[in-house]
Amino acid sequence: MMDTEAIYQEPSVSEIKHLLENKFKGKVTVSKTEVRRVHAEILNKEDVFEVCNYIHDNLTFEHCSIVMGADMIDHLEVIYLLTNYYSGTVIEIFAKLPLDDLHVHSVALIWEGANWHERETYELFGIIFDEHPKLKRLLTPDTYTFFPFRKSYKLRGQE
Amino acid sequence: MMVVENTIDTFDSPSEERIAKDRYQTDAMWIYMGPQHPFSHGLWTLKVRVDGEIVTDAEPVIGYLHRGWEKEAENREYPKIIPMADRLCYSASMTYTHLYCMTVEKALGIEVPEKAEYIRIVADEICRIQSHLMWLAAVGTDLGNLTIFLWGMREREYWLDLNVRLCGQRMTTNYPRIGGVRNDTTDIFDRDVMRCTERFEKALWDLIDMIDSSSIYVSRMKGISRLTREQCANLGVTGPAMRGCGVDFDLRRDDPYGKYENIDFEVPVLTEGDTYARYMVRIEEMFQSCEIIRQAVRKINALGKNAPYRLKVPSKVPAGKAFCKLEDPRGESLMYLISDGTDKPFRLKVRAPLFTNISASRPMVKGVRVADVPAVMAMIDVCMGETDR
Amino acid sequence: MDMSLYPHAVAMSAEEFMDWSTLVINDLLSAGTKKTVDKLTGPVWTWAMKNSMHPLHWGLACCALEMAAASTTRHDAERLGIIYRSSPRQTDILLINGWIGKKVRPSIRRLYEQIPNPKWVVAMGECAISGGPWYDSYNCVQGVDQIVPVDLYIPGCPVKPDAMIDGFMLLQKKIGDYFNRGVFLED
Repeated sequence: MMDTEAIYQEPSVSEIKHLLENKFKGKVTVSKTEVRRVHAEILNKEDVFEVCNYIHDNLTFEHCSIVMGADMIDHLEVIYLLTNYYSGTVIEIFAKLPLDDLHVHSVALIWEGANWHERETYELFGIIFDEHPKLKRLLTPDTYTFFPFRKSYKLRGQE
Repeated sequence: MMVVENTIDTFDSPSEERIAKDRYQTDAMWIYMGPQHPFSHGLWTLKVRVDGEIVTDAEPVIGYLHRGWEKEAENREYPKIIPMADRLCYSASMTYTHLYCMTVEKALGIEVPEKAEYIRIVADEICRIQSHLMWLAAVGTDLGNLTIFLWGMREREYWLDLNVRLCGQRMTTNYPRIGGVRNDTTDIFDRDVMRCTERFEKALWDLIDMIDSSSIYVSRMKGISRLTREQCANLGVTGPAMRGCGVDFDLRRDDPYGKYENIDFEVPVLTEGDTYARYMVRIEEMFQSCEIIRQAVRKINALGKNAPYRLKVPSKVPAGKAFCKLEDPRGESLMYLISDGTDKPFRLKVRAPLFTNISASRPMVKGVRVADVPAVMAMIDVCMGETDR
Repeated sequence: MDMSLYPHAVAMSAEEFMDWSTLVINDLLSAGTKKTVDKLTGPVWTWAMKNSMHPLHWGLACCALEMAAASTTRHDAERLGIIYRSSPRQTDILLINGWIGKKVRPSIRRLYEQIPNPKWVVAMGECAISGGPWYDSYNCVQGVDQIVPVDLYIPGCPVKPDAMIDGFMLLQKKIGDYFNRGVFLED
């Protein structure tokens, strides 16, 4: 049994799976593990901040590679990819968002690198990150009111 | 791992107390180093708030080159996205096409022939060297050294010649394919490459001498804009800028892709965290790239002329998620593909290293004098095509 | 010709200056001096403008790297007199070398207005000619001639430095015809 409250600098892939499943029983499911890769899902979007805090503090995942959104037509997903600089392991963790409630707690307070990624996800998908320091449009002009990357917005060449 | 300790005393960036004491009775002014600026090396604005000579705040404004690349990729079949991926970072185009092909191959679950992997490694490292030479030429003009612009670009032309011999085009080469590479190398490719690397290693010492022998250029870089290791890791800065701050991580060694685990090379890491450290890391990377190219070319020769270099792949990719990472000349780049069983991607996300590096420009530029801002920003090696996508 | 006001030309108001200079020009026109002056000095101005085309030092996207490579030792655009200037007030040519997002349109228009006459606009690369590969983008302008009037189109993706120099030599021919079209002393 591993101590879920201890700090691990270079946890192996099986250790990460064990720790996540024991600390967040029922909230996080690890779907598969490969060499240096862990794929997990957060079942409730309210737990995102807590899980990410644990991964940053206790598992020493200091680098947030990406925060991205995906439009799965009947729901939206927000996907996080987190990297450990000591072992090269990547945790891919995502949460589903229902179309009528697109609020997620921001992780920009944990990893400052996620700041602009969340701004970009907001302006392209409309996912609102609560308690983000500055959630404004970044890449598109300020006058845009639509969210371009949603499937409901069609480009010139699409039907 | 190669770690160089700081043995020379340098002056520190101005501290907060000194900024407060130095404040002249002027009102703070916002200067827009705007979209058209000779030192911005790309289409972006850096607004700096200046108190006298010292920058107290900064805000980067990007998005002038946004074209919705990821949305356009959902409208094209998989092979048609390869020339689009070239134009993501136009200075390092081979790495982005390599990354894209790797991601689709992972989603398809196929393995590329060995010869194609080594050819891709050679092409990647040629791309890295010519991108770093373009950076060195730009750094020279920022610091006031105009000769190195011409000398650096002259060296770069020899590496672009190698690109022409490999695939016919100087930049935005459209060379890797899903399942391998477009064509085999020529019979005398190894001779060309060896000649080029030998010549380059001698010529690079001349270029280094141009900047290092002048105390003015060195003092414009030493001690300016320090970042600690924790700051760097938290801000998401990757690439040579991160390795100049002490984070010992390189995707080619720690998370290898392609056949990099069979190649023996060192990763330069410095701990000072200032502009000079970021500069030295890139210079040393050029030497290491030459070494990698030589080893990969020997392996290509050992495989022989008739080894396969391309596989036939199906046009439809099964539904699922796949992602791949690659060490770009500017940092860690990543592509995430969600496929749905058709011949067009459902969602293709690109992580550009410069996107987070530029967001870190605010802590990098605070406390620095206005005249040093171009030198600091040059060390990040801006290329706006990938930032704005 | 009433030159008595000449030493006080700087002290005139704008309206007075317009009236005075119209008188001067009408005198010249009626006497046939203007045509003679044009014929004699036109070729000198065109020779000067042709051989010292100064583009604006502005890189947008991929074609900018080839623009930079054109000024280096292998292709050497400087033998044609092409020196990049950083300030738009000191240039003749606005060189658009990349795709144009909607955010950058006011900057392009402002730079175009800031370049003093006579000026030329060169659209370099497919993206500046007609939007290029980004034909279905929601944020890309399909060709820079929707914003500024273009004098020369250089196709290519990216434009090889040789092609860019060839394009500038064509522009030299166009500049050579500048004064035959009869614009001098009117602007």
